[in-house]
Amino acid sequence: MSAHLSYGRVNLNILREAARKELREFLDKCAGSKAIVWDEYLTGPFGLIAQYSLLKEHEVEKMFTLKGGRLPAADVKNIIFFVRPRLELMDIIAENVISEDKMHSPRDFHILFVPRRSMLCEQRLKEQGVLGSLINIDEYILDLIPYDGDLLSMESEGAFRECYLESDQTSLYHTAKGLMTLQALYGTIPQIFGKGECARHVANMMLRMKREFAGSQTQILPVFDSLLLLDRNIDLLTPLATQLTYEDNLRGLCRFVYGVLDLCYVKLPPEKFAAQKKQVEVGKDLPTEPKKMQLNSAEELYAEIRDKNFNAIGAALSKKAKIISAAFEERHNAKTVGEIKQFVSQLPHMQAARSSLANHTSIAELIKDITKRLLLILVDRGKWIFSLFLSHSDSASEAFFDNLTVEQEFMTGVDTDKVNTYIEDCIAQKDPLIKILRLVCMQSVCNNGLKQKILDYYKREILQTYGYEHMLTLNNLEKTGLLKPQTSTRNNYPTIRKTLKLWMEDANEQNPNDISYVYSGYAPLSIRLTQVLARPGWRSIEEVLKMLPGPHFEERQQLPAGLHKKRQQGENRTTLVFFLGGVTYAEIAALRFLSQMEDGGTEYIIATTKLINGTSWIKSLMDRPEAP
Amino acid sequence: MIRGKPDEDEYWNSSKFKAFTFDDEDDDFTRLKESKRAVNSIRSLVEEEDEEDDVEKVSWSGEPVGSISWSVKETASSIRSTGEVRDQSFPKINTAPSLPKNSSGYSLSSLFKGTTHDWTPEETVKRMQQGKVYSLEKFRSLQDKLLLLDEAVNAHDGNVITAVLIYLKKSLSKENLFRELITREIALRHYIHFLKEIEEQKLLLMQYRDHLNIRDENKRRDFLKSCLSLPFSPDDATHVQDHYTLLERQIIIEANDKQVESSGQADIFKKYPRKASILNMPIITTLYYSCFYHYGESDGTYSSPANIRKTFRISDKQFLLTCLGARAKLKAWFDVDALFTTKNWLGYTKKRSPIGFHRIVDILQKNNAPVQVLQEYVNLVEDAEQKISLAQKYKCHDVIINTYRDLKDRQQLIVYRGKVERGSSEYRKIEEILSNSVR
Repeated sequence: MSAHLSYGRVNLNILREAARKELREFLDKCAGSKAIVWDEYLTGPFGLIAQYSLLKEHEVEKMFTLKGGRLPAADVKNIIFFVRPRLELMDIIAENVISEDKMHSPRDFHILFVPRRSMLCEQRLKEQGVLGSLINIDEYILDLIPYDGDLLSMESEGAFRECYLESDQTSLYHTAKGLMTLQALYGTIPQIFGKGECARHVANMMLRMKREFAGSQTQILPVFDSLLLLDRNIDLLTPLATQLTYEDNLRGLCRFVYGVLDLCYVKLPPEKFAAQKKQVEVGKDLPTEPKKMQLNSAEELYAEIRDKNFNAIGAALSKKAKIISAAFEERHNAKTVGEIKQFVSQLPHMQAARSSLANHTSIAELIKDITKRLLLILVDRGKWIFSLFLSHSDSASEAFFDNLTVEQEFMTGVDTDKVNTYIEDCIAQKDPLIKILRLVCMQSVCNNGLKQKILDYYKREILQTYGYEHMLTLNNLEKTGLLKPQTSTRNNYPTIRKTLKLWMEDANEQNPNDISYVYSGYAPLSIRLTQVLARPGWRSIEEVLKMLPGPHFEERQQLPAGLHKKRQQGENRTTLVFFLGGVTYAEIAALRFLSQMEDGGTEYIIATTKLINGTSWIKSLMDRPEAP
Repeated sequence: MIRGKPDEDEYWNSSKFKAFTFDDEDDDFTRLKESKRAVNSIRSLVEEEDEEDDVEKVSWSGEPVGSISWSVKETASSIRSTGEVRDQSFPKINTAPSLPKNSSGYSLSSLFKGTTHDWTPEETVKRMQQGKVYSLEKFRSLQDKLLLLDEAVNAHDGNVITAVLIYLKKSLSKENLFRELITREIALRHYIHFLKEIEEQKLLLMQYRDHLNIRDENKRRDFLKSCLSLPFSPDDATHVQDHYTLLERQIIIEANDKQVESSGQADIFKKYPRKASILNMPIITTLYYSCFYHYGESDGTYSSPANIRKTFRISDKQFLLTCLGARAKLKAWFDVDALFTTKNWLGYTKKRSPIGFHRIVDILQKNNAPVQVLQEYVNLVEDAEQKISLAQKYKCHDVIINTYRDLKDRQQLIVYRGKVERGSSEYRKIEEILSNSVR
């Protein structure tokens, strides 16, 4: 299940093993048979660490989902709650504990907080009068979860909101802790670079923690050459843009059709799931078993194509098909027994490749088909769009292209200082609010703030059409800087765009030669900064760095004597890029592209607080997205 | 909605966008087919094996069998039946269990117990982070307490900051605490968050936010009214005022219309019964409702479109679009016509619109306007190319024929003649033009 974690430049399986060890230790602390009551949100992240079999080996006999009322009966000695430190969950636990029938089933209660225990929660448990009934309160420090061979995530959904909206920097503390764990396993990282307030905080905490643990230096040869910490708020534009890689399309499709998506799996109904309208509507009741495909680098072909621009998928699959066909043809050339034997030995691998190719071909076909007919997997994923666009399918793809055109106009700086008629039209048609907010924020970001008059106009239109209560959401967006009035007359976005070459006219999606292929022309700012840092260095872009919020810095950490790495001629550097506040699949794709560049010289491992896309990100900033 | 039609060709053909076409014939799609064919041909070469081999087993809900989330459901459902039966047969025990010994070693009560240790603020915060025993009570003087707070803020650990704040709140007067918090922004935010969580006090927008929890409309209105006096920013104050005014009016309109509808006095309600109450709807929806049920009322009534437009400062475009939507839905084409008609001082009438006529055509078409109505607006589209493409889309033959005639485009007329039914009035019209015109 985890082999793919060890194939990369850095063996992330070590981290996973460390996490499993701790989990086993905790389970063994509660001697005897046990049942786990899960905060449902945690099952996904835990699934990346352990399978049910591991829990079973440690006497976990039953598992339930956390909900109010009385716990289901289970003949076990221990009940363990695996929960995030949230007050509302404490109330449910209290209800569970209070309604427990002490006479008939004397069971011991334990809480395992993930990733940290919390004073507030314990106080709440005390108020509810159940704190004393808990035998063990412990924490399971799950800061960085290995997501893929080159990807780590903290799965902390609220990190951006907490840092930039609520000034709660606890997630930064967890980040620093996670980076310390990583250094304990993979050696001290000699160089730390960063840009942004939060990056500065994290670096400070790391340096401080290192001083505090000065005695316990790890004697491990450093695996990472450098760490780059990036605040999400230095690049607000990238997540707002519609993502165009195969990976994002596929995940979008699944979220769109099923509303849920397992962390690293995608489920697809079999063969004829070539979305007929009806079938999409009744998707849940499909009689057949769905196909499951693993969405990580364990799947060879997927690893190869996921980061491609969706428009290049057809060509890529067709090329692959030819290679496989040719490989099968080889059998005619196999004359000697030795050759035949060799051919046969390769057969299983070839068959697997063939079947994987078949799957992705039908998925790609399906995405094209659905996009054509149903639109907007990309633009928005709200359920009600279905009914709206099923009947107006022609206008669907039109709307999709219009949306992309406007995005590209903003990114290239066309008319960003005027009220945009497309946005006006979308409001008039009552398009989903998230779509409107994304576009308005994008315009604001690309214009370094909107003229007060224009900002007021948009705000009024939005409040009048969607309801005054959205004032709270607009207020949140303003606080985070996504939406703001222009304070100076100077709009420095064009300078940033030109210096960092954020817009490439001739982006080549088929055979990319630059990261701008991920957005069909737009090169993500965050990745450009990463690229420039590797070569020629940030000194060349001092001016632009000053235009972006927060300080930029470089720190060095002393290595114990004898641990200095001697680089071989032509050996690549390894850089860990940490996105504080979330990273998009497009950015990941762009970094993977840079890693694979022949003369790149640097390979990247990516870490983040959470994998995001424009919709999920804006949603996390809304005040009660599901308000009645 | 059609945007930038004239540029369309350029749009599709420019390299930037080309790849986005979804035509079946496009390159990419052909390649997909090609790839599929290749796959299929390979398939026939080798023995068909069980699909399950490369496709892992999943339960219907989609989780891989054996995964944690799958197992949660499985192990739970196997005992659910017995569990729920038992659930009903035993009354819930509502009394809290007596508070026994504290075995967690980390509870708040143990935190505040005096100890003899003398840790510095830095050490204390570190101990707190490590989950070791510590004591805050020895920080007695205001200065000590503030040093502790600053140390906690430096650690960026919200959990520790909150714990220190709880202690300060207990041991300091409100005035003292606030005075110090003002100069410590991060600590202040944590404090606000803390208060928010334990619902002691609300601040401005947070207070306003509370209205969402009130179901009863009258109570909600009164609550919003009480918010009016809060010191919002001028911007927010306007919005809160508007929100209050809106709900106040909705309550009046709702009561009135409900009564009228049930008494059966007004035809409009009989013909188009109201589907939902207007309460708590956004202003634009309210305006639509007003244009639907209360069109033509004098400016003086709360429910008249004109009054709503004025009170809530609705932009010309929004007003027109909303009004058009409502009147077109009712097929009140005369009202639609009047919306665009302006008279100049000589008494000539002219049609004007703050929005491009191509959009008006779209809206009318979506509301099933007859061709006669449609073509009038298609004719008003300024751009000739866009006009023709719209006319073709909605089969407004007259518009097409007249445009080609005005352009003196004989060739196109001949082509178009081939598209219309032989002998139809359109056909005859084209014939007539072709024979009258001189080459």
